[in-house]
Amino acid sequence: MPSYVNPEKCDGCKALDKTACQYICPNDLMVLDKATEKAYNQDVAMCWECYNCVKICPVDAIEMRGYADFVPLGATVTPMRGSDAIMWTVKFRNGMLKRFKFPIRTTPEGSAVPDGGWDTGTDDLGDATLFTEPGSIGLPEVPTLK
Amino acid sequence: MANFETVTVNTDLLIVGGGMAACGAAVEAAYWAKKNGLNAVIVDKAALDRSGAVAMGLSAINQYVGLKDGDNTLTDYVNYVRNDLMGITREDLVASIARHVDGTVHLFEKWGLPIWKDEDGKYVHEGRWQLMINGESYKVVVAEAAKNAIGIDNLYERVFIVGPLMDGDRVAGAVGFSVREEKFYVFKAKAVLVAMGGAVHVFKPRSAGEGLGRAWYPPWNSGSSAYFTLKAGAEMTCQEVRFIPVRFKDAYGPVGAWFLLFKSRATNGFGENYMQTNASELEKWVPYGKVKPVPANLRNWLMMLDVMDGKGPIYMRTEEAIANIAEQYKDDPKAYKKKMKELESEAWEDFLDMTISQAFLWAATNVAPEERSSEIAAAEPYFIGSHSGASGAWVSGPEDLQTDETRGEYFWGYAHMSTVKGLFCAGDASGASSHKFSSGSHAEGRIAAKAAVKFIIDNNTMPNVSDETIEGLKKEILAPLDRFAQFSKNTTDPDVNPDYIRPKMFMFRLQKIMDEYAGGVTSQFMTSKVMLDKGLELLAFLKEDSEKLAAENLHELMRCWENIHRMWQAEAHVRTILFREETRWPGYYFRADCPEMKDDWKVFANCRWDPASGEWEMKKRPVYQIFD
Ligand SMILES: Cc1cc2nc3c(=O)[nH]c(=O)nc-3n(C[C@H](O)[C@H](O)[C@H](O)COP(=O)(O)OP(=O)(O)OC[C@H]3O[C@@H](n4cnc5c(N)ncnc54)[C@H](O)[C@@H]3O)c2cc1C
Ligand code: SF4
Ligand code: SF4
Repeated sequence: MPSYVNPEKCDGCKALDKTACQYICPNDLMVLDKATEKAYNQDVAMCWECYNCVKICPVDAIEMRGYADFVPLGATVTPMRGSDAIMWTVKFRNGMLKRFKFPIRTTPEGSAVPDGGWDTGTDDLGDATLFTEPGSIGLPEVPTLK
Repeated sequence: MANFETVTVNTDLLIVGGGMAACGAAVEAAYWAKKNGLNAVIVDKAALDRSGAVAMGLSAINQYVGLKDGDNTLTDYVNYVRNDLMGITREDLVASIARHVDGTVHLFEKWGLPIWKDEDGKYVHEGRWQLMINGESYKVVVAEAAKNAIGIDNLYERVFIVGPLMDGDRVAGAVGFSVREEKFYVFKAKAVLVAMGGAVHVFKPRSAGEGLGRAWYPPWNSGSSAYFTLKAGAEMTCQEVRFIPVRFKDAYGPVGAWFLLFKSRATNGFGENYMQTNASELEKWVPYGKVKPVPANLRNWLMMLDVMDGKGPIYMRTEEAIANIAEQYKDDPKAYKKKMKELESEAWEDFLDMTISQAFLWAATNVAPEERSSEIAAAEPYFIGSHSGASGAWVSGPEDLQTDETRGEYFWGYAHMSTVKGLFCAGDASGASSHKFSSGSHAEGRIAAKAAVKFIIDNNTMPNVSDETIEGLKKEILAPLDRFAQFSKNTTDPDVNPDYIRPKMFMFRLQKIMDEYAGGVTSQFMTSKVMLDKGLELLAFLKEDSEKLAAENLHELMRCWENIHRMWQAEAHVRTILFREETRWPGYYFRADCPEMKDDWKVFANCRWDPASGEWEMKKRPVYQIFD
């Protein structure tokens, strides 16, 4: 379901240091039209519908329209992503509505400590023990062939 | 020539790719590098937060062994993988990953990934090896730890890596370009860790309009790992072992939760369960036909037999599965209502966390799963050695997992290093170690990164690359821009020009060749020596025309190189299917001229492109059983 931009809402991310949708699209599809200062998807047939541009847009200007070659018109699937949960609103072609809320992370953004708090390992570059092991695997040592 | 600035970055360890394996590598490398006064750099074509196959999120961690609680042993996992791959697997590599993967999953949890727990505080399993997660931000969390470890000064985003820099038989770095500014990048390093994922769009997808991009595998992984390792002269393995997932038709929503959690059946258009009606076919593929669970490719095969017999469509019987669950609660309507609400939410989360299109398609077609079945189908072939395929580079196993028998064949000094000195591989980039998935790929990145730091300490010199070589590569890589500038005005339509081909049509030509001659969807995954020979003939023309690719801008320059990468993946694939004169994974591809599995082909089919001669070599390598 390729993404499209609502020109009324898109402000070209003027207040930010980078164009959010362009920054995030894993397939380099979202671009900012310099003349209009509005973003657009430059190759809709290469869109995976990963929704990353939709989730990141600060003004909710990006939506999806189902791939015209196999999705009937009329449905919408809309996320609202917060700091610890995401809310989805699914509108069916027949008008039925469903809402779902799921957690997305258990720690504050930015706080991931690489060693996860485990003691760092044996410090022997030559053996198989990784830096948080054996603590992180929960065994006295890394298993090997007996 | 296009006037690009050349930016040179010197480092000790270069990690190319930014997905699960690369993020694992970054976390581990940062620790060992710091300890040894070394530096590590990571380069991704996209933004680390949302790049690779996990960009959208995932709803499960597919590899967790449960060693600490004694739920399973390493041998259990090796047995499972060996059987699923019809006997062809590197047990040392599978065990190497399996012994570290739990620790990696425990790290994910500490970093903030919500993993489902039951009332006793134990992980909730989807199946024996799979854990349920709230995985919308899986990649964000994993990337965050990687960035915190390696430092953002060592992170290069939006730099597309084209290929390797070499110093004789040792890797010396990588070259590529920014897709944002006119800059040509030269990374010089003492060791390189390749983790650029697998490949899609090598074969023609089922949807050819707007839905082209909605393949099961993400369109941005285009065979860069295979190209990089092939061009470096590395030996490759299992290039014939593509993966064909069976998923909800068209939007490719996951089926795992329906089969495993809801215990759903799939039936043909006449309501028959092909796993039962075609069960006798499994006899032909013993011993693997008789193991539980039935290998993925054989499950595909029993379904394909019905499709070829005109018994489609194939349906996931969601309404029946839900009715069966209801039956268990028939005496307690309140508990039933609660259970149904739970299941409904789980079913939708499964889609919304990792294949949102499927939720969209259900909404657009008014599907109520408790009322009606949904179609499932076999997707087109993909290259994803970390999942249920096996393609990738042939890498050394760790020393302590070798036996006297395997040592000479599977071990050459550094764990997960390819046959090229200093070139390490992880995730989809390394072969013959399937079923590592997101978690195992991260663990493999860690193992390879530690070994790469060891290699650097043992070989602590900067490889040499001449300026002339670099200038030559720059010219070759930017050539499509020059070609467009030179010729595009010669016709009134820049798309139709006798002097060049644009990347999209080039991709369609590749896909058509592969689909029709190498066993794609429209040939029902069937091929033969004569077909493959013809395919190679057409691929040779395509290869010549790759020197006529033209790009209007940086984005299109990336598309040109992505498709050259796909083309190399395609050639390695065709040559290896041709070499293996048997059918071993009938539900992945079928050699009509050698329709049976043969004992003398219980070997690895490896290939290597020789950078000196430009010739391909094919060779068999022995399969040894280490665990029993
Ligand atoms: C639809 C789908 C569902 C899946 N479901 C599950 C699941 O439920 N559970 C599970 O555990 N696993 C699942 N997997 C498998 C899992 O996603 C992979 O095993 C894992 O992502 C492999 O890691 P990787 O690092 O090799 O590749 P990826 O994570 O795909 O990373 C590849 C990286 O390379 C970068 N890259 C590519 N080309 C270049 C280039 N030329 N230059 C620079 N950078 C480049 C990309 O931007 C990306 O950062 C699923 C996969 C898919 C496709
Ligand atoms: S949905 Fe994903 S692939 Fe499509 S434009 Fe948005 S970020 Fe890019
Ligand atoms: S992120 Fe939103 S506001 Fe910013 S450029 Fe894109 S569409 Fe416009």
